[in-house]
Amino acid sequence: MQEKYSKMESDLLQPIRKISLAGKIWIGFLIIACLCGLYAYYLQESRSKYETIALRDYTMWGVYISTFVFYVALSLVGALMSAILKLINFEWYRPLARIAQIISVSAIIMAGLCIDSAMGRPDRLYYLLLHGRLQSPIVWDVIVVVTYIAASCLLLFIPMLPEMAICRDRLTEKPAWMRWMYNKLSFGWKGAPEQWKIVKRSVHILAVMVVPLGVSIHTVTAWLFATTLRPEWDSTNFGPYFVSGAFLLGCAAMIVAVYMIRKFYHYEKYLTVKHFDRMGKMLVLLGLCYTYFNVNEYLVPSYKMSGLHANHLLDLFVGESAAMYWMVAVFGFIIPGTLPMFKAMRKPLPLTIIATTVVIAAWFKRYLIVIPGLSHTFLPIQDVPESWTHYTPSLIEMTIVGATFAALLLIVTLFSRLFPIISIWEVAEGEGVNLSRINKHIKSKMV
Amino acid sequence: METGKENKIIKSESAANEKASTRRGFLKLSLLAGGVALAGAEVTRMLAGPKTSNGEKIKLLSKDGKLVEVDSANVHAVVVDSTAGTNIRQGVPGKKFVRVIDLARCSNERACIEGCQKQHNLLPPIEWIKVKKMQDVEMESPYWFPQMCYHCDNPPCTKVCPVDATFKRSDGLVQTDNSRCIGCKFCMAACPYSARSFNFGRPEQTAYFEKHKDDPGICPTSKPENYGTVSKCDGCPDDMAKGILPACVRKCPNGVIFYGDENEDTVSNGDEIFQLSALLTERAGYRQFDTLGTKPRTYYLPPVKRNFPFQEAKEKHNTQE
Ligand code: SF4
Ligand code: SF4
Repeated sequence: MQEKYSKMESDLLQPIRKISLAGKIWIGFLIIACLCGLYAYYLQESRSKYETIALRDYTMWGVYISTFVFYVALSLVGALMSAILKLINFEWYRPLARIAQIISVSAIIMAGLCIDSAMGRPDRLYYLLLHGRLQSPIVWDVIVVVTYIAASCLLLFIPMLPEMAICRDRLTEKPAWMRWMYNKLSFGWKGAPEQWKIVKRSVHILAVMVVPLGVSIHTVTAWLFATTLRPEWDSTNFGPYFVSGAFLLGCAAMIVAVYMIRKFYHYEKYLTVKHFDRMGKMLVLLGLCYTYFNVNEYLVPSYKMSGLHANHLLDLFVGESAAMYWMVAVFGFIIPGTLPMFKAMRKPLPLTIIATTVVIAAWFKRYLIVIPGLSHTFLPIQDVPESWTHYTPSLIEMTIVGATFAALLLIVTLFSRLFPIISIWEVAEGEGVNLSRINKHIKSKMV
Repeated sequence: METGKENKIIKSESAANEKASTRRGFLKLSLLAGGVALAGAEVTRMLAGPKTSNGEKIKLLSKDGKLVEVDSANVHAVVVDSTAGTNIRQGVPGKKFVRVIDLARCSNERACIEGCQKQHNLLPPIEWIKVKKMQDVEMESPYWFPQMCYHCDNPPCTKVCPVDATFKRSDGLVQTDNSRCIGCKFCMAACPYSARSFNFGRPEQTAYFEKHKDDPGICPTSKPENYGTVSKCDGCPDDMAKGILPACVRKCPNGVIFYGDENEDTVSNGDEIFQLSALLTERAGYRQFDTLGTKPRTYYLPPVKRNFPFQEAKEKHNTQE
């Protein structure tokens, strides 16, 4: 048992011990991409936005807002893959929880950056505190997002306490600042039974908390649209429709992330074929749910084809946006709802390919919800320049959006290089290792 | 007789290159200003004791819809607190501004658009007021449809604003405080009439703002020049506080747009004065997309018995980026 644990521990600390050349190139690439984004942001803010970005009076919300919705959706992965699985006692959550949680936290940060980029006056952001009024759905969003990010960070860091002690004691070859950081972050963890008890209890409470919080943040994000009178967003279905889409995206993103981590860190033993099999089944369930909500969202209004909905719906079904709309339908929920029903499709590689298309389709789906909606107004659009009627994101906008993706990957990568990306003690516990044994391990090292 | 004030009003009118520089024209303007001091009790009092007479009689509409004739010597300018217009958050006391647009009279002259742009230093393609070609049913003839912010009584735009930068004033106007707006554009998404415009900092426009910021006659209350914020039709509150009709009303050669005060039940286009309630009943006034529940403070009179047959626009507008 002791041996098994030691092997596990050294496996899971390996990515922190040594960063291969490929790993360094990857990090360098992400940093460069982030710097490009920063420069693009500088250009956007220092020059006329009429020239740097493609937004105009009709399409005044563009890729920043649609990507914001995408990130908020993605941030639900923590609620799904760590909290829900844990609460319903699906033991296979153990190696997945932390991966989901760090994706969640970084996605929420990126959502914030998107909002900042979308604002006309980011310098006045603090007015939300100074003059915020509770009637506005934006203020609801700020409140739930801030609560969710706090709860998510705690849910990420509290289970890490024992491991910080392990890192502190094990990674003695690391530079002093890292050991200092581990020491601080371990908050004097000794592994006393009461400490274990507190950790487990708080994790449980937080897991119970983040589920409704996660559902709320995405529901409120849906309300940012549904509270307006625009016919294409005027839907009572919007909250659950967004939440179910978010869970599907979370599951797909998780499959991709698990595949990458498994491949690069050689974690086949921990992130097993079985995990893919189960996540594949989950993808089917969530894909079908999302299909159901999409049918509700589009089929019922298109049956009526009321004058208000018609120009928007026809644009999606047979008009300018049709190609994107149908691609998104096929790759975004029809394929994930059906293909992984077959066992062969739940093998790591095919499932990851399916999941990748789901993630990409999910981004376009948000684009389709936000942008064509805005260009189909109640009153006809007349006497405006061409660029006012057709929105195509500018290079600067796309660079900034691209940079947020790079930043998300960078956060996840750096995290996995500084901390164990798979929770050692949770996996060990799942394998039947007695927690007191882990304690002994820590203690013996402390002396 | 406050001649100073009177001259000032007439002057600012003529500065705006108005035909209404005659005494009669001025009267029509001042009618709207001072709680229609000429109407009701005031009129009766004047009728009771005319002191001098110059023989010139003027017809006026009293508050209860009666046409009365008074000697022009008894008509005087009404002193209005002209500071009321300079605070964006404060409505003009005692007022409930309302607008009526007579679609039967519009021939797409676009003079209202130009007048508004001049008054607020806006360059095309930004138009706070637009004239759209509308055709509800194929068999019907199309008509021209001037449209701007309706200053709704249940405004969806103010509800969603996270920082109270857009709000409803006591005088019925919906205004935007450009020094407060954070540029989230939520109000633009919420307005079903697409009446709002964003300052994206179009270079020509920015330079124009800078160059003309101190021009006389520019509305000082609303500040569309504030980069990264939202603006829209402000109902020319500074002029209205002084009793001058908004630029779009003054400039229209066909008298399409009427502006007035619901409390006084009168509207005027500068040449004619109507009793609001009577006008709306007789001409079947309606509000655009009333079913949305926004309760616009702008009424349309349907395009029936038109003054002009419909004619397509001769050129395309705002084609330049
Ligand atoms: S027309 Fe639009 S901007 Fe004007 S008050 Fe109504 S909702 Fe607000
Ligand atoms: S853009 Fe400005 S006025 Fe409009 S909702 Fe946002 S803060 Fe309020």
